[in-house]
Amino acid sequence: MTSSLPARRVTGTLAYIALAALAVVAVGLLPLTDYMMHILVQTASYAIAVFGLTVVLGLCGQINLAQAAFFGFGAYAVGLGTADLHLNFWVALALGGGVALVMGAFLGMTTLRLGGHYLAMVTISFQQIVTLVMVNWIPVTHGPDGVGNIQRPPMFQSTHAFLGLCVLVMAVIGYVIWRLPRTPLGRSMRAIRDNELAAGVAGINVYRVKVAAFALSALLGGIGGGFFAGGFAYVSPDQFSFAESIVFMTMTLLGGVASPVGALIGTALLIVLPESLRFLKSVPGLYLAIYGLSIILIIRYRPEGIWGFVQHRMRRWFVPAPFLGAALELTLVPSKDDAPIALGVHHLSKHFGGLKAVDDISFSVRRGEVHALIGPNGSGKTTTLNVLSGIYAETSGRIVLCGRDVTRLPPYARTAAGMGRTFQNIRLFRSMPALENVIIGAEHPGNDIGSGHAALVERARAALAFVGLEARAQEPVTGFSYGHQRLIEIARALAGNPSLLLLDEPAAGLNSTEKQGLRDLLRRIAAKGLTILIIDHDMTLVTEVAERITVLNFGRRIADGVAADVLRQPDVIAAYLGTEPDAPDRA
Amino acid sequence: MDLVLQLLFTGLGIGAVYALVALGFVLIFRATNVVNFAQGEFSMVGAYLMVVFAVDLRWPYGWSFVAALCGMALLGAIFNLGVYYPLRNRSFLPVIIATIGASIFLSNTVLALYGPQPQVLSGWFETPGIQLGPVYLDSQYLLIMGVTLVLVGFNFWFFEHTLLGKKLQATSQDKEMAALLGIPVAAMIMLTFVYSALLGGVAGILVAPILFVSIQMGSTIALKAFAATIIGGFGDVKGAIIGGLALGVIETFGAAYISVPYKDGFAFLVLVGFLIFRPQGIFGERVAEKA
Repeated sequence: MTSSLPARRVTGTLAYIALAALAVVAVGLLPLTDYMMHILVQTASYAIAVFGLTVVLGLCGQINLAQAAFFGFGAYAVGLGTADLHLNFWVALALGGGVALVMGAFLGMTTLRLGGHYLAMVTISFQQIVTLVMVNWIPVTHGPDGVGNIQRPPMFQSTHAFLGLCVLVMAVIGYVIWRLPRTPLGRSMRAIRDNELAAGVAGINVYRVKVAAFALSALLGGIGGGFFAGGFAYVSPDQFSFAESIVFMTMTLLGGVASPVGALIGTALLIVLPESLRFLKSVPGLYLAIYGLSIILIIRYRPEGIWGFVQHRMRRWFVPAPFLGAALELTLVPSKDDAPIALGVHHLSKHFGGLKAVDDISFSVRRGEVHALIGPNGSGKTTTLNVLSGIYAETSGRIVLCGRDVTRLPPYARTAAGMGRTFQNIRLFRSMPALENVIIGAEHPGNDIGSGHAALVERARAALAFVGLEARAQEPVTGFSYGHQRLIEIARALAGNPSLLLLDEPAAGLNSTEKQGLRDLLRRIAAKGLTILIIDHDMTLVTEVAERITVLNFGRRIADGVAADVLRQPDVIAAYLGTEPDAPDRA
Repeated sequence: MDLVLQLLFTGLGIGAVYALVALGFVLIFRATNVVNFAQGEFSMVGAYLMVVFAVDLRWPYGWSFVAALCGMALLGAIFNLGVYYPLRNRSFLPVIIATIGASIFLSNTVLALYGPQPQVLSGWFETPGIQLGPVYLDSQYLLIMGVTLVLVGFNFWFFEHTLLGKKLQATSQDKEMAALLGIPVAAMIMLTFVYSALLGGVAGILVAPILFVSIQMGSTIALKAFAATIIGGFGDVKGAIIGGLALGVIETFGAAYISVPYKDGFAFLVLVGFLIFRPQGIFGERVAEKA
């Protein structure tokens, strides 16, 4: 284990603290005009809300078009709280943040199980409703008149002092967001953004992480809004309209969607530019039309934003230090219970409308054996695997893993219960290096590898060494050949310490040398006591590694047993090669 | 009872507009797997084009209508080439964001050109309506229902009984396979966008005399139409139409018996209710991503 990573982290943190302190002191001491101070307060408070979008859109890949509504919750809580209810600023801010958090969690919980366009539309609708309520619930919100006479915290009455406070809060939150991507939560978010299905199978509770990202984003919106209200002493509904949500999103995209630095750049630019181009504001709609056009152009030509572009250019100056010392031997500890059957499949069916893709299949995979599931194209192999790993809900039947019924468990829980899998079409997290892909596979509850980041790295290195790719651990995963990407997927599954490994056509697309390597790898995995269920079309590979074979055809099991016996059965031969002269009834 | 019948009529009329826009949503979704967030702006632009030709240039209604539709076809084509087509091989999030950008661009460009005051477009008929027993049938509502019925019928005939319609369906179900069979996929996608822009434009033009022609009409209609597609079942043509009609009725009754200012909120409540209790909608099937 190298010591350079934590060392660099400490250096980075110290540099950040120095910069932040410099910024706070600078805005506190420099002789600023009122106008400039207001611009800066607006930038700092908006940036906090834009950090929220960095989390939900940049890290987690989920859209939020209601950030102005959450911003409004914070602003109205501070406004109504301090002006009408005479609450302390901090109490009102906590209330506003709390309301935003709860509303964000509620919206996320109702919508995030579904596709992303639901989320986009629901957040737009929510935004419209909040505006309706702000305008029409006059007894409480004062309607279109807005809320005036908003108070600041007792110690920060002057605009100068309040500005210093805003910059300080922004710096603290910015630090958290800066460090978030390398934490377990942030890594889960990025995995979901890159490949949601693979994230679930790698052991991430996708739904919970998405709701957390959304709620965190809403909370930051609320906090930003609270400081905005304190800075300007007056708020009205038009400041929290859908148009403002679009402004927030443009800020995020322009600066760079996945980094708080980008968020700050985008926010500052879109606050300062319209101020200096005031003539744009004289024509209503013009500057928003330009924002709309900018969104289209950024997405098309510079989806990484300004800071993403800079980072890309700087990347070669920051090559990660190579690891010192050899990787450890990979230890695999399959489930300790002594049930002779690792996987029991009982009368499993999966129907899509009228199509019976999997029709009443039963088979058992014995502990420590390599078991192959074969059949012609369209016979239901991959569907079976998808039902086994929880991606599809079964129509009927039961799945028992190491003596435990897992039929009702979501994918991540099956992973925790000892299931690992790879995909037919490779599903890696494409924005990450190989090592981080494997770390995500190692990082789930129930995987007893010791605590701390160092243990995770050790585990991931060991898994990569086991498949022979440890030397290239820190390279981006997109730079690996097709065959090597398959091996990284296997390493990701192994790092999670499964009792049962499901492999979906691991030999597809490999050349003969790679296939021999794969065969040896499978034998080494089996020698560690793992049970393997493999789907493949390569009969040489299947006969070389599999002890037992189950054959599917048209969704039904047509044979099951010891490999050599099964391959001699006439109907298996018929399913693969056809018979003459009377072909089997395919109805 | 008379009031109920009257409200039912009005609700179905408004619902027919939602259904038309929802149909545009569904067609683009089925062809490209993308929700076009500028679908509502198509309606808004259609209505403004009608104002340009019929009010500003004082052309006869019929010619204005034809001219507005030509403008919409052009808009659909430009939209496809400028917004969707360059991003067709990217994941769905960039495409969604780009269509949102397009929606903002369209509505605010019109705002910059026409200002925030709503425009007025008179109805198509001299006679305002007919009295049928206790119910007063407004002629514009009758027109909307009639046109919607004709378009839905046309849509069914076109997609189920013409070769071009079958090609469009093939494209929407499997682009690669369609291309291998010699179907010009790019042209089919282009056609889908033009057709959806036309549907959206017709909806906007029809509803213009009832609502005012305003910048906000696009987003309002789009949200209702989207809610309609979810209620009916996402990606389902029949569902979009029934969802649209149902939403129009719910909203009209809600405004009459509960609250007028919050009229636009009922769609959201119904939407959230469906998302929680029946996310696949009335006709839809729950779809999972393929592994």
